[in-house]
Amino acid sequence: MTLASASDFEPQPEGLQPQGWLRYFSFSLDHKVIGLQYLVTGFLFYFIGGALAGVIRTELASPISDFVSRETYNQVLTLHGTVMIFLWIVPVVNGAFGNYLVPFYVGARDMAFPRLNAVAFWLIPPAGILLIGSYFITGAAQSGWTAYPPLSLTTPAAGQIVWILSVLLLGGSSIFGGINFIATILKLRRPGLKMMMLPMYCWAMLGTSILVVLSTPVLAGTLILLSFDIIAHTGFFNPSLGGNVVVYQHLFWFYSHPAVYIMVLPAFGLVSEILPVHARKPLFGYQTMVYSILAIVVLGLIVWAHHMFTSGTPPWMRLFFTIATSFIAVPTGIKFFNWLATLWGGRIALNSAMLFSCGFIFNFVFGGITGVALAQVPFDIHVHDTYFVVGHFHYIVYGGTVFVIFSAIYHWYPKFTGRLLNEDLGRLHFLLTFLGFNLCFAPQHWLGLNGMPRRVAEYDPSFTTLNQVSSVGALLMGISTLPFLINVVVSAWRGQVAGDNPWNALTPEWLTSSPPPVENWHGEAPLVHEPYGYGVAPGTLPLADATGEEIWSSGGR
Amino acid sequence: MQIPSSLITLLAGMVLVLVGLWVGNNVQLLPVEASSNAPIYDDLFKVLFVISTILFLGIVGLLVFSLIRFRRRPGQHGDGLAIEGNLPLEILWTAVPAIVVLFVGIYSYDIYERMGGMVPLNDHSAHLAAAHEGGGMGSMAGAMGSMGEGSVIPVSLESSSGAKSSAGKGPRVWGGIGPTGAATEALNVDLTAMQFAFIFHYPDGDITTGELHVPVDRPVELRMKANDVIHAFWVPQFRLKQDVIPGQPTVLTFTATRPGSYPIVCAELCGPYHGGMRSTVVVHETDGFDAWLLKNRPATVASAADASPTG
Repeated sequence: MTLASASDFEPQPEGLQPQGWLRYFSFSLDHKVIGLQYLVTGFLFYFIGGALAGVIRTELASPISDFVSRETYNQVLTLHGTVMIFLWIVPVVNGAFGNYLVPFYVGARDMAFPRLNAVAFWLIPPAGILLIGSYFITGAAQSGWTAYPPLSLTTPAAGQIVWILSVLLLGGSSIFGGINFIATILKLRRPGLKMMMLPMYCWAMLGTSILVVLSTPVLAGTLILLSFDIIAHTGFFNPSLGGNVVVYQHLFWFYSHPAVYIMVLPAFGLVSEILPVHARKPLFGYQTMVYSILAIVVLGLIVWAHHMFTSGTPPWMRLFFTIATSFIAVPTGIKFFNWLATLWGGRIALNSAMLFSCGFIFNFVFGGITGVALAQVPFDIHVHDTYFVVGHFHYIVYGGTVFVIFSAIYHWYPKFTGRLLNEDLGRLHFLLTFLGFNLCFAPQHWLGLNGMPRRVAEYDPSFTTLNQVSSVGALLMGISTLPFLINVVVSAWRGQVAGDNPWNALTPEWLTSSPPPVENWHGEAPLVHEPYGYGVAPGTLPLADATGEEIWSSGGR
Repeated sequence: MQIPSSLITLLAGMVLVLVGLWVGNNVQLLPVEASSNAPIYDDLFKVLFVISTILFLGIVGLLVFSLIRFRRRPGQHGDGLAIEGNLPLEILWTAVPAIVVLFVGIYSYDIYERMGGMVPLNDHSAHLAAAHEGGGMGSMAGAMGSMGEGSVIPVSLESSSGAKSSAGKGPRVWGGIGPTGAATEALNVDLTAMQFAFIFHYPDGDITTGELHVPVDRPVELRMKANDVIHAFWVPQFRLKQDVIPGQPTVLTFTATRPGSYPIVCAELCGPYHGGMRSTVVVHETDGFDAWLLKNRPATVASAADASPTG
């Protein structure tokens, strides 16, 4: 492992590309710049989506519709879902970390198609502005992020069309990104780097990108047909013209169930990077982790109809999708047991990155268990479209993915900026987020079981108390972002200088300066045979701060 | 003298299972059971709850234990144990969840069959109807036609929906879910869902009402259609939900078992007043229902609003 010395640090002329902070606002081709562009843009939309969630929780603090008008409420819940999925989680967990890390992990200077990469990012701001702007100009879509016809055909057309346009742009961005990741991981690997030497996040991104490329076009096609129904009055999904609304549901969920894995698989990959570093142990069961990702990709494509158990689907279909969905628990379970085994016997640093990753394990196990329950048709028939489902998927996408995003920011911030985040503020952030999150979403399971449907602005007064508890939890989640924001902004200038490799990690992004140079490494890219070789070969141990006796006692026990 | 760790593990596992069983059997999360579906559903819920509790507590226990036991203490700089994997262990934790999941899947299939959801698969008339219709998504025609052997209802149903579909002209009927089994004739009720109300019509007596009145212990066959957008008929106490989809008439059968009033909730986003789209199902004692029918029979369609608060 050779590290280039930081002696030749003179900035080289870069043509017309802007330098300094301006490059973050430019059509930059540098994968690191694009990654951070995705991250910061995603965060801005996260705050918008969070504010929308605040509107929803405020409305639901009382059982009557008294905070916003009913039409506005439906616009708000549609925007909340769309913004959080298409503008926050998918771009950040794929685009941001994928762009920043994958070229490092494969030993490349950049992504395979840098220009396509920049295009993929720059589709996002206009699509987001279009979507948010539709609220102020025409009124946003009111039919939920699922846009089921005939409701989406009968609600005001302008907002729905803008919604479709925006989702099409975001889907296009996602497909461009997916193609780029597949090409980069398969074709841009440094000579000598075998697939089975790749860090787990690369495998996760490969699996995710396959899902993106296979399923997103189906969503695009479906939405184009839907827009024909709205604009040209065709009858694909319009029952009064002989169309079939259930066909829309099949097509929609053929994308939107894999979308859950598009949001969650990269998070699995990031956790697999973070845990070994902070537990100082190799990732347990590398090969089974790889195979379980591939199994999730295959199974993830054949489970969509579990969203439609009450839609009058034939019994054989219900049976098939019950079994297929349940079996996703097996590869997912393997990953969780492997993470627990990674922690077992480690030297675990209880820092913010580790705490958020463990919070993810806690939340995701809960969400996964309710997920297996929801896969069972008879169970689902009672709780489908209720707050039980709302609780379940927030445990997956917030408790799962968003916790991992925070964990990853605490882990990679030193690489992005060269400075560490403040650990005390980080732990406070974790504590508030964890408490707020569980307070907000755990009671919703009970509400769903007992009769509260989702997407309502008013509800049975007997559910008031728990809804208020849930709203307090949401408020706590809102507050929890304050220490994080302060931390991120202040640490960028005042944070403790991190050095190149503050965690003594072995993966290639740490084997360069922080922040890295434009070409990622001065000199040749390092060839990392064992990205998780902690505690094994003495040559890869951080000899600088460990005595020989410690290595002996920890490695040979 | 140290206690062997295998013994401690065994004890912890036993405690965990006991806690899971206790929680599953004693923590009541569901509303009252008011239909013949509900106890079957609650059996499944209990099994899932026990397994879930054991799994969740086990995994979280391991996680918290690891975080405390293996935390990095001040002054420690070395690495953890260099264990990269353990194939037998991997096989174990692949096989055990696979078996559990398979068990849960088969068990819930059994539950679903007991609830009546799988019946059309084995239903002769459904196959016939499907053949007439050319298969595809339409293979469900005749759907709830005849479910549950040895009951009287199938006969009456077969003549209605079966005849319709074999003629090939009548509307397809899509299956929902619902058991029969009582040897009494099913009560037919037509349900029309619209923005933002459920309208119930009793063909027997020509009563139209906004509130569903049903007798206890007698199967009710709801024939559902939607006028505008998708709605869903949900009675939490019955543990039953069925989407009401425009262009797709659906039949839902259930038997109420407990007199009282329960909410009917629309569970599919159907527009601005979706949250207000609620109604009530009143389950009467048998003679109480007859009295209600009698009392409302003169009431005409026009005065549906007057009819609803009675009973």
